Amino acid sequence: MTGSHPVLTMTGISKSFPGVRALDNVDFRLFPGEVHALMGENGAGKSTLIKVLTGVYGTDQGTVTLADEQVSFTGPMQATAAGVSTVFQEVNLCTNLSVAENIFIGREPRRLGAVRWGEMRRQARALLARLDLDIDVNAQLGSYSLAVQQMVAIARAIDIKARVLVLDEPTSSLDAGEVAQLFRVMRQLRDDGIAILFVTHFLDQVYEIADRITVLRNGQLVGEYLTGELPQLGLVEKMIGKELRVLERLDEQPRRAATDRATGTPLLDVHELGRRSAVAPFSLTIHEGEVVGLAGLLGSGRTEVARLLFGADRADHGDVRVQGSPASLRTPVAAIGHGIGFCSENRRAEGIIAELSVRENIILAMQAARGWLRPIPRRRQDELVERYVRALSIRPADPELPVGNLSGGNQQKVLLARWLITEPRLLILDEPTRGIDIGAKTEIQRLVAQLSDGGMAVLFVSAELEEVLRLSHKIAVLRDREMVAQLTNDQDVDADRIMQSIAAGAGHEGVPS
Amino acid sequence: MTTLSLLTTRTWSRLPRRHVPVLATLVLLLVLYGVGVSQYRAFSNIQVIFNVFIDNGFLLVVAVGMTFVILTGGIDLSVGSVVAMTAMVSAFLLREGLPAALVLVIALLIGPTLGFLMGCVIHFFDIQPFIVTLAGMFFARGMCTFISGSSIPITDGFWTRMSQERIGNPSGNFVSISVLIAFAVVAVAAYTLAYTRLGRNVYAIGGNPQSALLMGLPVGRTRIAVYTISGLCAAIGGILLSFYTLSGAPLIAVGMELDVIAAVVIGGTVLTGGSGYVFGTVLGVLVLGVIQTLITFDGSLNSWWTKIVIGGLLFAFILLQRLIGIRYK
Ligand SMILES: Nc1ncnc2c1ncn2[C@@H]1O[C@H](COP(=O)(O)OP(=O)(O)OP(=O)(O)O)[C@@H](O)[C@H]1O
Ligand SMILES: [Mg+2]
Repeated sequence: MTGSHPVLTMTGISKSFPGVRALDNVDFRLFPGEVHALMGENGAGKSTLIKVLTGVYGTDQGTVTLADEQVSFTGPMQATAAGVSTVFQEVNLCTNLSVAENIFIGREPRRLGAVRWGEMRRQARALLARLDLDIDVNAQLGSYSLAVQQMVAIARAIDIKARVLVLDEPTSSLDAGEVAQLFRVMRQLRDDGIAILFVTHFLDQVYEIADRITVLRNGQLVGEYLTGELPQLGLVEKMIGKELRVLERLDEQPRRAATDRATGTPLLDVHELGRRSAVAPFSLTIHEGEVVGLAGLLGSGRTEVARLLFGADRADHGDVRVQGSPASLRTPVAAIGHGIGFCSENRRAEGIIAELSVRENIILAMQAARGWLRPIPRRRQDELVERYVRALSIRPADPELPVGNLSGGNQQKVLLARWLITEPRLLILDEPTRGIDIGAKTEIQRLVAQLSDGGMAVLFVSAELEEVLRLSHKIAVLRDREMVAQLTNDQDVDADRIMQSIAAGAGHEGVPS
Repeated sequence: MTTLSLLTTRTWSRLPRRHVPVLATLVLLLVLYGVGVSQYRAFSNIQVIFNVFIDNGFLLVVAVGMTFVILTGGIDLSVGSVVAMTAMVSAFLLREGLPAALVLVIALLIGPTLGFLMGCVIHFFDIQPFIVTLAGMFFARGMCTFISGSSIPITDGFWTRMSQERIGNPSGNFVSISVLIAFAVVAVAAYTLAYTRLGRNVYAIGGNPQSALLMGLPVGRTRIAVYTISGLCAAIGGILLSFYTLSGAPLIAVGMELDVIAAVVIGGTVLTGGSGYVFGTVLGVLVLGVIQTLITFDGSLNSWWTKIVIGGLLFAFILLQRLIGIRYK
């Protein structure tokens, strides 16, 4: 961050995919000892720039200079060897291996060529302790949540003795505590002179940690700024390229105090539902048109509750009523039959089919609900798809592109559209805005509000408290896999109050069920 | 600060799920053996087990190679033909009068070379392993008949010694040299998979090749290596077979690749890759061998029953893997 010499310079980088110019003559530089935020909307080209840097993609044009030497990596292996360590956007680890192995594979501690397992576990534990993560390093990675996997990916990257550390949306599924921890480590590394490239859609995080900001828009460089000299509003304008009315609208949106929705027979009424080792028995009612938020820290059981209600995991306790009559939600098929939809947090493993087109991906759940023998007429498909592509501003707005070609955030939007289109009676959204840029995030929030006004019930799971507060009528708070409170979201509920009830634990409150 | 509230989704599962298939195979093996012992007095003789190893040593070696390939999520259909080709080449060269040591070296080079080439095609041209190794299978089988249309006997001194040497008590229980070689191969393979980078990369690629690439692992090199290893194991298997039969025949070991795959899968290795052990493969081969022995002991059953039982088992084991959801991606 001194006036010194950049450790990494990318000049005139262009990269096209069939039909898309993902990068157009982009310059980028990175100084030793700085945290540099790369900003832009979904599909702006951030991940592509990173993949060009690390040799996952070749360039069409332009040069990359690392420590005064022109380089052209053939892949992450070479890049890592040259001192560029990367966490890619989607968590890219091997879930079949243990946590320790995922951190060290490829550079395991060895003696005479033999992997030293004990030593590797010890080092893994030490490294995770640095990130304040206390998990069993012997366990298979796949048995942990996405958030933990993300932390493990970060641990892997920071342990490599690198000159340049690249983090593509490392915080998308982390909550405040983990982010703080990560930032502490990032500051340490920065002070050791490591250059850090950081991508995020959370503006607050940018202003907390970044020294310098580069903004991309539609594959083009907008500019490079010092964080101190670019106010938040200015940054957003640079990113979306127009004045920002969307965001204002978001802030003005009144708190949705609507207790009146919680009347009559609840749409879903669960009593003492639970699953050993996943969630302690809890009771919850959701009415038509009601948005129920689930708040809680990482690993508090948010996703587990969502999965139980959808039948993705089987409850071993309690009973369920749908519109007053007893029902069983033992399998997803049963849940779908009762009009419940579930948009999972793990889009890569459980949702997106990369080879199918945007249209096919969006239509999928709806078609499944109708049965495969009654195809949806093409005209109607096009109509529906077109509507949601526009509503969620999916870009590029070409329904026939394979979803795998879309940027991470746009894939997330496709998945969301898939469930919205089925118009379920209860929609469970697990982290629907993860990795989505602020413009689209506002759109999604508006859509959720609009759908619930139209009578759809929504269970909204998010690590972002502000978002939960803004949308929910009722907020259920989870702690240590137990539902510790249910708060009616009225004037005197705020983030502090929720944090308190998370901290206090048993401070039961509000809505009896 | 928030010490992450111990994300123990899995406190209950003390027994890692990935060990379940191997344990299931072990139980199955014990049950089969128990059935044998309770039905036939002679079955309890330890020599019965030794004979299973003697008769299936070559199968075991080939199955070990196949384990590597399947762990990466691939398949190698060429092994049966490579076994036959190796035996054939050895018999032919010995008949031509080449010294045994030289013949051994040549025979042991052919398999891995073919494996290496197939690995390269699979990796560089991104073609399905199924297709490439199918081509390899036809090629190797073709080479057998090209060398000779009929079987060639082996009379070489070294070969006959290897064939007849009994280790142990010559009048009591014994094993052949082939069994020792097979055990050595098993030991080296188990070590490689558990303790070397190559081995660990094999598991990573089987888990998720895309991730493995982005984690900076040498995916291409490892892929090529496993087909080379499988080729080498098939070559060793071919030599062991020629010790056993003292001949090379163009139509020997036809369909053996399928027995090998069955043994690996029954041994608990997941066909889609990323999970399994060499030890499981040993158990898988033993299960096949014990079933065969049982059917021989019975005497009244047609040998096709072996195939039928193996088919049923294979089905059961694939279902088991599915049920315990060993594959979370
Ligand atoms: N493999 C690919 N094939 C075709 N097009 C691609 C491919 N990868 C990316 N693109 C396109 O390149 C553009 C830039 O994508 P990129 O992933 O770099 O966006 P991003 O800035 O990282 O967005 P996000 O915030 O959503 O992650 C997008 O229009 C995307 O559709
Ligand atoms: Mg991206």
